[in-house]
Amino acid sequence: MFDLIKNLTGKFGVSGNEEDVRDFIKGQIANHVDSIKVDALGNLIATKNGKGKRIMAIAHMDEIGVMATFIEESGFIRFSNIGWVWQYYALGQRIRFKNGTTGVIHYEEKVDDMKNLKLGNMYIDIGASSREDAMKKVGIGDTAAFIGEAMLEGEMIISKALDDRSGCAVLIKTIQNLPFTDNELIFVFSVQEELGLRGARTAAYGVMPDLAIAVDVTLTGDTPECKPMEVKCGKGPAIKIKDSSVLCHPEVKTLLVESAKKIDIPYQFEILESGGSDPGAIHITAGGVPSGAISIPCRYTHSPSEMVSIRDVENAVRLLTESIASIVL
Amino acid sequence: MDYRSILKELVSVSAVSGFEKQSVDKIKCLMEDICDEVTIDKFFNVIAFKKGVGINKKKLLICAHYDEIGFLVKSIDKNGFLKLTNMGGFDPKILLAQEVIIHGKSDIVGIIGAKPPHLLKPEETKKSVKLQDLAVDTGLSETEIRDIVTIGDVVTLKVPFMELLGDKISTKSMDNRCGVAALIGILDSLKDKSIEHDLYVVATVQEEVGLRGAEVMAYNIFPDAAIVIDACHGDMPDCQKDDVFPLGKGPAIGIGPNLHKRLTGRIIEAAVNLEIPHQTDVEPEDTGTEAWAIQVSRSGIATALVSIPTRYMHTGIETISISDIESTVKLVTKFISDLDAGLEGIL
Amino acid sequence: MIIKELTEINGISGSEDNVRKYIIEKIKDFADEITVDSIGNIIALKRGNSNKSKVMLSAHMDEVGLMVTGYSDGMIKFKPVGGIDERILPGKRVLIGDNAIPGIIGIKPIHMQERDDRGNNIKLKSMYIDIGAENKEEAQLKAPLGEYIAFLSEYTELGNDCIKAKALDDRVGCAILIEALKYRYEFDLYACFTVQEEVGLRGARVAAYSVKPDIAFVLEGTTCSDVPGVEEHSYSTLLGGGAALTIMDRTSYGDKALVDFLFSLAQINGIKVQFKKTTTGGNDAGKIQMSGTGVKIAAISVPCRYIHSPVSVMNKNDFKACQKLILKALNELNDEKCFNGFAMINGGGNINV
Repeated sequence: MFDLIKNLTGKFGVSGNEEDVRDFIKGQIANHVDSIKVDALGNLIATKNGKGKRIMAIAHMDEIGVMATFIEESGFIRFSNIGWVWQYYALGQRIRFKNGTTGVIHYEEKVDDMKNLKLGNMYIDIGASSREDAMKKVGIGDTAAFIGEAMLEGEMIISKALDDRSGCAVLIKTIQNLPFTDNELIFVFSVQEELGLRGARTAAYGVMPDLAIAVDVTLTGDTPECKPMEVKCGKGPAIKIKDSSVLCHPEVKTLLVESAKKIDIPYQFEILESGGSDPGAIHITAGGVPSGAISIPCRYTHSPSEMVSIRDVENAVRLLTESIASIVL
Repeated sequence: MDYRSILKELVSVSAVSGFEKQSVDKIKCLMEDICDEVTIDKFFNVIAFKKGVGINKKKLLICAHYDEIGFLVKSIDKNGFLKLTNMGGFDPKILLAQEVIIHGKSDIVGIIGAKPPHLLKPEETKKSVKLQDLAVDTGLSETEIRDIVTIGDVVTLKVPFMELLGDKISTKSMDNRCGVAALIGILDSLKDKSIEHDLYVVATVQEEVGLRGAEVMAYNIFPDAAIVIDACHGDMPDCQKDDVFPLGKGPAIGIGPNLHKRLTGRIIEAAVNLEIPHQTDVEPEDTGTEAWAIQVSRSGIATALVSIPTRYMHTGIETISISDIESTVKLVTKFISDLDAGLEGIL
Repeated sequence: MIIKELTEINGISGSEDNVRKYIIEKIKDFADEITVDSIGNIIALKRGNSNKSKVMLSAHMDEVGLMVTGYSDGMIKFKPVGGIDERILPGKRVLIGDNAIPGIIGIKPIHMQERDDRGNNIKLKSMYIDIGAENKEEAQLKAPLGEYIAFLSEYTELGNDCIKAKALDDRVGCAILIEALKYRYEFDLYACFTVQEEVGLRGARVAAYSVKPDIAFVLEGTTCSDVPGVEEHSYSTLLGGGAALTIMDRTSYGDKALVDFLFSLAQINGIKVQFKKTTTGGNDAGKIQMSGTGVKIAAISVPCRYIHSPVSVMNKNDFKACQKLILKALNELNDEKCFNGFAMINGGGNINV
């Protein structure tokens, strides 16, 4: 599992630029499904045929990042966020553009009060001597991801983009060990979730499943002086009750709880007060899709050093596998 | 029609957004004898259908949301106190010294108390309280309460049904049980009549968290025209007078980009011709109601908005005048019964 | 001149009737089919020679403005429709409703403002419009509740190449669509003149659902802040810098292949082009891209200084560049191979496993 996650998180996949991740995933699952297609927005849709219920499982391929918007005469690069990027997480971080160019994010030193730190008064330094020099490597619109190589410390994986490559890993492992079921299983690796759950919406419209389960990360309430939240790393995958974009369907919640009890894995409940996820877009698409989610507890989300428990990820695989096989709505 | 009793029945069930399943039967019960058929969709929208007799009949929809704002249990601490998360917009200030019901394995009563004033720090006296600082006291220990209550259980306000002077009623969830009462009144008024067009009367879900039931329902039914009945702000001191509507002066009919000009125009005409009290609600942009979702469903739906003035919205003392429900029912019923074939001149 | 005529019509979000009438009149001789849907969009079809695929062009008819919400004796209270910087309002001139009743947004003379207040902006709820009415009844008669209010601003030539007008956003787009309808293509061209973009991209969502295009281009007016007091990296676009291509904004991420195609086409044909250098703002592309199973989109915009105000300014050459670019692009797309390189016709390709 760690090697899969290391490979996945190492790929470049800032929202809108998910090609590399998509190609890697295709290679991982091609021999285990009946068909694969890519839709207009770039979602990867893999189907295992069946005559029973149409079940959709989804995880998003994209990660947050930055986009070069302006190159100063001096060669420093101004940027904009892609997805929610917290300026305090971005400060001092290394970033890597798709073509491999690396740089550092720093801020205008005239900002005397750190309360006034904004992405607008920060810049990227790639060591260029002038605009012309910079433009040999970086153009307007080029995107960069944070650098944060995956590491395993005990049971904890530390890496950038665990949101949501860990979810992608769960789907991949599930696909590679598909349970026997009559259900039609459609696995969607979506794009542009970080920009507003975009890929999920169009994918759901095309698939129109009977039920959808997303696998994504959620925040935790287990660090010093943190905002109170019941979810903790290592206590099992969390069954989502709600977040700001969706109130999970009672039937999906019940299915997940009963599946977890059946296979005797630890689980917890997730109430996320701010932040949305793919089920938010899916459940109100077209005529409505009962939706829910299995969430992987993750510390420091949207930082280059996110942390999840590898046990939680493995249990998420078991939970997803059991749920999609047992659905008989 | 005894709206007092209907409202009492409607508020006796809790239907917090996303958790409407338990109230579905009550709503269905109130509708099934006064229409042709009631169905419940996968999201628990309750859909009452009355068949039209016209040859070129169209599909009409009237809807009102039945979900209410409330809370979920977010955490249980080691002393048995509960922390809550809100479902829908809520002013935490009104929760101090408020009683609640926690809908666990059984319903139990809880109190949201306030820290004694002499223990407050200076900054706490100046700033108002936040939801995360409030706790529900049930008098039970952690183990006792964990037997009955789980994370994610629904919590609603425990408030009496109060009758004020005149015909004013004050309790929780008048937003939008008064609208649902109007739906029942409309169905009842039409029960022995035949109408030109197919009529869908829908009690919708999850409005308070983002018009979600309406999105789904509008896509599935895809009517030719829709009338949304919701609550608007009643007259209160200290509010901009252009933004509030006096109680007892009839429903407020919405005008603005979110609403279909000709459909709205005809409804206003009907009100004027029948001398039904009504008011005008100018909405320059998003009306904040299901009309926003319905108008742009599929290839578009002509949508109108009729709102019942409600004071103190999103508290346990939402106050309405019964006469406004009666005027709403009279207006919408007459409008529907008199609609020409093909909705000429409207669509 | 078409831009003069289009910008001088008053058409606030939700009250686009006059713009719609004008456009239908202009296109009726060369569109094959014209429909107006329930929200008020004009969907004009120009059938293709081979008819196998659909391209949607989108421009919105509505402009930002105000709406009558109440009265204070004979003065009219109002709220904005669409995003307007409230600071620009005091002291401006407006026209109310179809009868174009003239009015002015009053402001206390500075002599009468409290010394402490002089440095503060006036709050919207204390603003009012004076039409010269003696009392509330007269005001109500001339400007009923809900009536739309537009800025009074005449089309004016500015300098050598520029013009000032209201509503350049997005009558410039409408003008380009009208031009595009004059030609016939291999594909079906749907020119959608949308409504209510300024209050939430409302018309576009509905139009895209009906049309179900394979590819869509949005023609817009966009922010241009190359003015004193703004840091260079926040200019977004430059006036005179050419047709502006959007890479990403708050509501959409342009299809990379499509945007690259437009950029190369501009360079090959000597059309001045620039990239929009900020990621703020949004337009109809946001809703079109998300329609159905997804649509490949790109936006081409005319840079407009002081957008959303009565005095927006554009460079005529930028407008010509946008028009030339989209016409060239449509011409290239006549070639089936080129088209198939972008479009996901019928909702998506299959990769053999």
